[in-house]
Amino acid sequence: MKNQVLNLKTRVMNINKSTRSNAVTIGGILIAYVVCTALINSGNMSNLLRNLLVAMCYYSIMAVSLNLTVGILGQLSLGHAGFMCIGAFTGAFFSKITVNTINNTFIRFTLAILIGAVAAGLFGIFIGVVVLRLKGDYLAIVTLAFGEIIKNVLNVFYIGYDSKGIHFSMKDTASLNLEEGGMVVVKGAQGISGTPRNSTFTIGVILLIITYLIIVNLVNSRSGRAIMAIRDNHIAAESVGIDITKYKILAFSISAALAGVAGVLYSHNIATVQSTKFGYNTSILILVFVVLGGMGNLRGSIIAAIILTVLPEYLRFMQDYRMLIYAIVLIVMMIFNWGPACINWRKNHSLKDLTKKLMKAKKEA
Amino acid sequence: MLAGVDMSFITYLLNGISLGSVYSIIALGYTMVYGIAKMLNFAHGDVIMVGGYIIFTIMSTLGLNPILGVLIAIILCTLLGMTIERIAYKPLRRAPSLAVLITAIGVSYLLQNLALLIFGAEAKSFTSVIPVKPLSLAGGRLSISGETLVTIPLCILIMTSLTIFIKKSKIGRGMVAVSEDKDAAVLMGINVNKTIAITFAIGSALAAVASALMFSTYTNLSSTSGAMPGIKAFVAAVFGGIGSIPGAMIGGILLGVIEILSRAYISTQLADAIVFLILIIVLLVKPTGILGKKIQEKV
Repeated sequence: MKNQVLNLKTRVMNINKSTRSNAVTIGGILIAYVVCTALINSGNMSNLLRNLLVAMCYYSIMAVSLNLTVGILGQLSLGHAGFMCIGAFTGAFFSKITVNTINNTFIRFTLAILIGAVAAGLFGIFIGVVVLRLKGDYLAIVTLAFGEIIKNVLNVFYIGYDSKGIHFSMKDTASLNLEEGGMVVVKGAQGISGTPRNSTFTIGVILLIITYLIIVNLVNSRSGRAIMAIRDNHIAAESVGIDITKYKILAFSISAALAGVAGVLYSHNIATVQSTKFGYNTSILILVFVVLGGMGNLRGSIIAAIILTVLPEYLRFMQDYRMLIYAIVLIVMMIFNWGPACINWRKNHSLKDLTKKLMKAKKEA
Repeated sequence: MLAGVDMSFITYLLNGISLGSVYSIIALGYTMVYGIAKMLNFAHGDVIMVGGYIIFTIMSTLGLNPILGVLIAIILCTLLGMTIERIAYKPLRRAPSLAVLITAIGVSYLLQNLALLIFGAEAKSFTSVIPVKPLSLAGGRLSISGETLVTIPLCILIMTSLTIFIKKSKIGRGMVAVSEDKDAAVLMGINVNKTIAITFAIGSALAAVASALMFSTYTNLSSTSGAMPGIKAFVAAVFGGIGSIPGAMIGGILLGVIEILSRAYISTQLADAIVFLILIIVLLVKPTGILGKKIQEKV
């Protein structure tokens, strides 16, 4: 018996370190999922938290996918919400026009997710080709600009359909010239409303795990090592023959496509999807998840996204003060995490150090 | 003689230059802080909002002279800028730039929510602080507002005096030295911390001036009304080449003119999109902005 346990232990220890870490993350997600489902079924979960479950999933997907651009590729993007916007709109558009033709919810929603991902991915390739030759803060401002352009342009889109096909206008509903019985799907600033609410917690968790696996597999592949080489030193990477443009666009478009998936999940979770929800504030919110969770650390992104999605809701009892506290927590955490003086202080006062000192004192005594 | 010229176009152009002047004053704060501390101060736009509320309180609630209000706003904003720098940014002096960026975002949230708590969610209507009467030209067909008449010369005045200050004064040359090479500047006996604090002070004082000018024309004052002008001014700074003072002026004015003209002739809703599109095109042709220096990368 004891032998068997030892055997198991050595076998576990022999597993590749990154595989073990992934198993921990996915296991954690699954345990959280089981606990949450049990709580819902036994009626012990508050309404507040239950409404946040899907939101936690899509924010986690957003954070993990942005981490690919910011943490693993090392390029600052401030327009990630723009890709989410594209995914949300194309996915919702597809679901709305096929709600009567495709009866199977599962097939329709899967197709919507794929379409949202492909559309956002294509935009990712396009924007990547255009902007990825800029660096640092210039890249940041151009991605911010693209995010705002997507938001503002979608805000004046009017799309409807009737028996003749799809009509498009950038003025108003009347200029669509729909025949009788036609339906307006995208209504400018009002966005798309009445999308079938197919997003569930289960689907959200499955999508989160798939997203996680895609990025982990990418990072541990040859392409992933090339991407990280570009982050660490792009000149050295280029000099060993890595095609910088290709890998940058690869990472950027995958990140965009996954953001599109999050967008589809978002648009099928709420009644109305409006493009104004995807401004730079949302992009910055996602970036905060990534930076607080640790750049390049996918598990950290998920944890940060979950905590920061729940925290403002649970601070509601403080009403007006909650966002103030959120801001202060953010500043203090950043200074504590990154301030050179704080890092030194933490080194000198760490628990490990303290126990060591205690042991030493014991020995001397 | 002037009959053939479209008067409304000239009006739009002047409005654009006026708005652009405000943008360039804000952009100066961005560009100076970026040049010296190498950080994007996202909270800069919210300092403008705070300035607006200070002037509003002094004028409308206390009923004092608007000019006095502007002066007090300049002093308080300067103190606010220096406090923010001391508490939030100084501990992160040698931290990665993203950490500083997120802290700046935190400060921005903090200022917005403080304003929300103190002044409430309802937007306030700002009364113009500028006592100049509008000028009527070309037989009354062209009217130039008092705000425009004050804003444009004031912007030029600020720009020239700031350039002279940086070129001639000891502190100004210290700023240039710190922005070129921080470590070498320390060896030359320049107090880097003091220089950065002064930069923040100047930037915030300019933000207060900008708030007086901006809210006199665009009178809607709420806790988020500093955010978008802040972003636009940042775009203007990048547009002209970040770190360059004349660049901030050119970028700001171009941005203001493009914004007003596209709002007038193309679409109100798409004006922002057009501004950002032109920014992208400019950066693709000239990746460091119009007047930016090309930095050669050392291997």
